Amino acid sequence: MNLLLKIWRQKDGNSKGKLVDYPISDIEGDMSFLEMLDVLNQGLIEQGEEPVVFDHDCREGICGSCSLMINGEPHGPDRLITTCQLHMRRFRDGDTIVIEPFRATAFPVIKDLMVDRTAFDRIQQAGGYISVNTSGHTVDANAIPIEKEKADESFNAAACIGCGACVAACKNASAMLFTSAKVSQFALLPQGRVEATERVQNMVRQMDLEGFGNCTNTGACEVECPKGISLENIARMNREYLMATTKG
Amino acid sequence: MGILDSKVPSGPLAEKWTKHKNDINLVNPANKRNIDIIIVGTGLAGASAAATLAELGYNVKTFCYQDSPRRAHSIAAQGGINAAKNYQGDGDSPYRLFYDTIKGGDYRSREANVYRLAEESVNIIDQCVAQGVPFAREYGGLLDNRSFGGVLVSRTFYAKGQTGQQLLLGAYAAMNRQIHRGKIKSYTRHEMLDVVLVDGKARGIIARDLITGEIQRHSAHAVVLATGGYGNVFFLSTNAMGSNVTSAWRAHRRGAFFANPCFTQIHPTCIPVSGDHQSKLTLMSESLRNDGRIWVPKKPEDAQAIREGKLKPTQIPEEDRDYYLERRYPAFGNLVPRDVASRAAKERCDAGFGVNKTGEAVYLDFASAIQRYGKEKAMTSGIKDPDKETITLLGEEVIAAKYGNLFQMYEKIVDENPYKTPMMIYPAVHYTMGGLWVDYNLQTTIPGCYCTGEANFSDHGANRLGASALMQGLADGYFVLPYTIGDYLSDDIRTGPISTDSEAFEKTEAEVRERLQRIVDAKGKNPVDYYHKKLGKIMWNKCGMSRNAKELKEAIDEIAVLRKDFYENVLVPGSMDGMNTELEKAGRVADFLELGELFAKDALERNESCGGHFREEYQTEEGEALRDDKNFSFVSAWEYKGEPRDAVLHREDLLFENVELKTRSYK
Repeated sequence: MNLLLKIWRQKDGNSKGKLVDYPISDIEGDMSFLEMLDVLNQGLIEQGEEPVVFDHDCREGICGSCSLMINGEPHGPDRLITTCQLHMRRFRDGDTIVIEPFRATAFPVIKDLMVDRTAFDRIQQAGGYISVNTSGHTVDANAIPIEKEKADESFNAAACIGCGACVAACKNASAMLFTSAKVSQFALLPQGRVEATERVQNMVRQMDLEGFGNCTNTGACEVECPKGISLENIARMNREYLMATTKG
Repeated sequence: MGILDSKVPSGPLAEKWTKHKNDINLVNPANKRNIDIIIVGTGLAGASAAATLAELGYNVKTFCYQDSPRRAHSIAAQGGINAAKNYQGDGDSPYRLFYDTIKGGDYRSREANVYRLAEESVNIIDQCVAQGVPFAREYGGLLDNRSFGGVLVSRTFYAKGQTGQQLLLGAYAAMNRQIHRGKIKSYTRHEMLDVVLVDGKARGIIARDLITGEIQRHSAHAVVLATGGYGNVFFLSTNAMGSNVTSAWRAHRRGAFFANPCFTQIHPTCIPVSGDHQSKLTLMSESLRNDGRIWVPKKPEDAQAIREGKLKPTQIPEEDRDYYLERRYPAFGNLVPRDVASRAAKERCDAGFGVNKTGEAVYLDFASAIQRYGKEKAMTSGIKDPDKETITLLGEEVIAAKYGNLFQMYEKIVDENPYKTPMMIYPAVHYTMGGLWVDYNLQTTIPGCYCTGEANFSDHGANRLGASALMQGLADGYFVLPYTIGDYLSDDIRTGPISTDSEAFEKTEAEVRERLQRIVDAKGKNPVDYYHKKLGKIMWNKCGMSRNAKELKEAIDEIAVLRKDFYENVLVPGSMDGMNTELEKAGRVADFLELGELFAKDALERNESCGGHFREEYQTEEGEALRDDKNFSFVSAWEYKGEPRDAVLHREDLLFENVELKTRSYK
């Protein structure tokens, strides 16, 4: 198929960017979206031009590196997948595809389609862990039985890949879904309850410091999340936060 | 040829590690604050080591090329992690895990290391649960297990098909705790380009900031390489796009011996190649072989009709299907180890029974598992005399709960529904057992340079069993290295900070700059990928699932020619300044072009078949691997001498005092 790509090009964080047109031909349906961009880049390199820069690594939907707003949607038109799992058979011959970076104040552009998502790391550093030493011997794993339902729910929250689609989808660029997923994973487990109060306060404080917006419950994050992280996590985090603040 | 000292402690196997821990020197807590450690790579092995070393009090600097430590490729491990917990009461023990791993590795690993790994495996699970890793559980609230290839017990702990993700996020969280305390400084989007030796000891690295292009010097009292495997030398593999050998190879060039480079794991259950545009291959977890049955048509004409799209697999009656693993290996059936399963698939496809368009695929079929689970579910749900449709529906629900994400992944890539039609799979490069040679303390032949996880050669011999890579990464990082490195560092308590203003740093930095400049200046006609793909083809065709002397010799020459061409004709746009993703790739491919040659040489000189290394000249009449314990029961450790083909062999003889060397049989 033949396509017209409109791609955001930006030299670096200090320069202004713009959309540039790239017609591309002979694209096969079995190619992944990123393989299509590989084809484009090979062509650009052969002409001595700089290739389009984008984040990607595992190319199997788990590392959370790849991003991209594709025709206005994070990770493109399909649900429950990342951009690297999107295949070109989803598009039709003659389509125009607009490709932009994830946009948020807290995610500044580094180059072209690559953004800086280290704000997410700093939120995790503020409290996204259980403070046990990793060098010692702890209790036997089966000494802490956990209700299967709770364990499964905790796993579902922990499945977040930290890609930032929730932030990109949100009109407020809120990171509530991301932050609440980690808060929930631990809040649901007995091991995590011990520090629950401090954890939620510290993580929310850091989230606000990074310049992410507030949640107004539009639910766009849940719809666009490639891992189907549930909005219920946000409700849980709000409850945890309220409990923590009333506790003092 | 030199002989290497593995520094394995004396004493009975089961007491070696405890004894060693009691014997080695420690660094007192106050002195740890004066010691810096660099860790390169933040996957399971690197992140876990960083967390523990920082917690012990050392100052740690971590480096990763990704934008966050959480994205290292350990994240993609699907199936699970082994531990000899014996929670299922099926007779498991550290000894059994040790024995299975030694046997699975085809008797080409070090007994003492493997026993230590089995011993520490139980601690890993306790540790991870305490950290909040959400493993799968049974209804009673206790941990669930499943079985993996090459063993007869159920010892694999898992978190759906995302075990690696959950374990890595656990280690990443432990790292974050130390970053928050200021004990770890994390450098992301940084790539190590060389190791710096001062007076013969590893004292730092040269790294490139991938955003600004700045070349930086970083010093430390010891350097740990936890940089993963080199499967991408094949271009197509299940590794991440950025996975590379550069750190390990650069250390090799500075004096670290490279061990068993030809020991590569070709994983049997991957999604087959679909075309030339393909950038990587996707694994379908080995756990699927618990329930999936592997087959090809019995009749060549059926296989041909399938390839031409005239026949569907579901139309082939049971009696016309060849469940070749069940036929050849009745004891282990579909759960034979990976090397055996891969070769058996290749054998059927080479004989003309392959099933997709290219003829390079076999079926992995869940139909009978769906029926079996459906009947069980109907019974436990109190449904009497269920019809076939109900059974199928219920069975599909059970399968979805177990493997849902893998089935979804398959459907997205192949555009076929694996609940209704069997999956198509084919072997692909997945893991490299070879790597930098390390002694029992995980130290390379460069003093002060350590290597952990997939990057070292250690515990898996010539073939790794499923669910043991995660185990090794975490055992090395959480429980082994933090002890053994102290023995070395105890001599450094009075050294003080290492200056980067030394001749050694200056010289190494200059060499790095020169190397990059040479690549940028070539301004030839071929993009980096052109060379990477060509190298991959040579490796797959001549150093892949089966090898012979003639083709290995050809590979050595072809790779040398390709490398020369690369330096003359590679085209990297832009310069060394600022972000340059093509330059990053070029540096990695340049190192693969050297490693590939050593890989072929190693395969050529190992005149036996063992594990993943299958030499066509050495096989039984039934086509099984023929090991030569008399002449090849050793680790090949290569010393760099200028050109990869000139490398000098040092051997570490493998002594088996606790297991009897047998022909590996899964029949």
